[in-house]
Amino acid sequence: MTATNVTFKVFRFDPEKDTEGRYQDYTLAVAPGETILNCVNRIKWEQDQTLAHRFSCGSAICGSCAMKINGHATLVCKTQAMDKVKDGVIRIDPIGNLKPLRDLVVDLTPFWKSFEKVEPWLAPDAHSAPEKERLQTPEQFAKIDNSTTCIMCAACFSDCNVLEVDKRYYGPATLAKAHRFIFDSRDARTEARLRKVTEETGVWDCTHCGECSTRCPTETKPLARINEIRQAAMKAGMHDTSGARHVLGFRETVGKRGLLDENYVPIRSVGFFNLAGLLSLAPVGLRMLARGKNPPFIPHSIEKAGEVRAIFAKREELNK
Amino acid sequence: MKYALFTGCVAKGAGRELLTATMKALAKLGIEAEEMKDAACCGAGVVQEDSHTMAAVLNARTYALAEERGQDIMNICTTCQGVHRQTQRELDDNPAFKALVNKELDATCGRRYEGKVKIRHFYEVLLQEFGIEKLKEKVVRPLTGVKVAPFYGCYAVRPPAEVSDCSDPDDPDELETLIRALGAEPVSYDERLKCCGFPVLMMNKDNSMKMSANAVAGAQKAGADAMVTPCPLCHLNMDAYQPEFGAVMDEEPHLPVLHFPQLVALALGVPGKELGLDKHIVRMEGTIASM
Repeated sequence: MTATNVTFKVFRFDPEKDTEGRYQDYTLAVAPGETILNCVNRIKWEQDQTLAHRFSCGSAICGSCAMKINGHATLVCKTQAMDKVKDGVIRIDPIGNLKPLRDLVVDLTPFWKSFEKVEPWLAPDAHSAPEKERLQTPEQFAKIDNSTTCIMCAACFSDCNVLEVDKRYYGPATLAKAHRFIFDSRDARTEARLRKVTEETGVWDCTHCGECSTRCPTETKPLARINEIRQAAMKAGMHDTSGARHVLGFRETVGKRGLLDENYVPIRSVGFFNLAGLLSLAPVGLRMLARGKNPPFIPHSIEKAGEVRAIFAKREELNK
Repeated sequence: MKYALFTGCVAKGAGRELLTATMKALAKLGIEAEEMKDAACCGAGVVQEDSHTMAAVLNARTYALAEERGQDIMNICTTCQGVHRQTQRELDDNPAFKALVNKELDATCGRRYEGKVKIRHFYEVLLQEFGIEKLKEKVVRPLTGVKVAPFYGCYAVRPPAEVSDCSDPDDPDELETLIRALGAEPVSYDERLKCCGFPVLMMNKDNSMKMSANAVAGAQKAGADAMVTPCPLCHLNMDAYQPEFGAVMDEEPHLPVLHFPQLVALALGVPGKELGLDKHIVRMEGTIASM
């Protein structure tokens, strides 16, 4: 069990002195199995007391110690240092999509504020209050088992590709929190909640990049929860969004001929009567036409497409 | 062994040059592949939003078709590959789900997914089965001096447990290794693993454009002569919409975005004009253009 010398390249930022961040190198002898949190603590305690970072439980429960390791957010208390060494170096940055206040400490206000949008508290039917408590069967709880495990560490928020370009987006943790109440058998506001998160900047703005589920240290896995919300919205007939119409475009073309009709789906998504939306498709359509890159006007059909039609015809039954 | 080539929708639609280039590259390499003309769309994560189970039945049908022919599946789209691997892993890891899906598959199509078929992307076939040394031997026109920025596509790497077969999904080097084998120089830039934004193109075009523009800007600043991607959806967003990126980029965008099989075919000696490079909205200049 020999220790290995590792260079920690740590992001430093002092709002009183610095206009932008810089990196400072620290060298530590890292023991096998040692967590990065332990290393950061040792840097602070043994080498440089000015380093600021957040942590508390050290057991992946409190969600305080998310940092970017080599560019990707993770809870440093459940990450072993030796697993992350690249050419003798580990780079540590504050989590992303949030403003650094000092060193590895960020301003979490936008993250906390985003939860307000989904009213994260149970809203049962007040008129049907039971004498004691509102019970759930194990089957009912199973639906929210994953989304209740969120520890709000903001690792998903940090690496979300949509939040990088649009701060208005609900964000993965908030949508997972919405899921936790939408699928709660005791909640009476299911439809209103679904309607709210399917509006602009909600579930349909998620780009499937998978960063949230990759960085999530729990079983919350926001991308899978977002997908479940989308399925619930489709099932509930909430089809008046471009996201839902996009799904219908797939249903109507893949479900008929087995392949996507790339001419039809964009038009279906923006809406048949949305003149501005349809016009916005024109430039790219003309560019592609000029290069012969346009999808064929008579859409392809796969062989044995009848089998695919049979699979889609069974959808209603499967959805139950 | 002959592969069952799963074309995906784009290679039959807005990116037909991808299929052309793939067939040319496979012919040069001596890899046999037969187009799956009866396979349906993988769902691209969208049919999955209609019904997760139905989408799994749709894909299990594709795997059953390949198994009936005794072939393994080769994808040429990262999204198809990622969705297929995700579905296959769920079927293989969850016997109850597999039983449910097979029941529906039998009821609708009279078919059954056994769990034998291997599913790989074209670039994974080159790395894992064909072999990098053999590929180097086949290179007759090394792309010396050409700087290429690889763009992986989300479904190649995330979520790793569900979709990825990369040795290190947080820092993969599969495409870089292949680019080097073709004689070109891989360019490193921050956005190579980011999302291109294609999935939200119809829901939030501004966001989609910004994501693609950021990637193109990153590759351009790093000095790339071209980007290359194994995902035709990334290609479409970054190529067909590139003339609109000027509004969100510091400098004027001009970066050709190649399909990965086009780059391979060029190094194998296929003339550029046979690879549909002229179909791209942003055309090549310099070394590759003259090939």
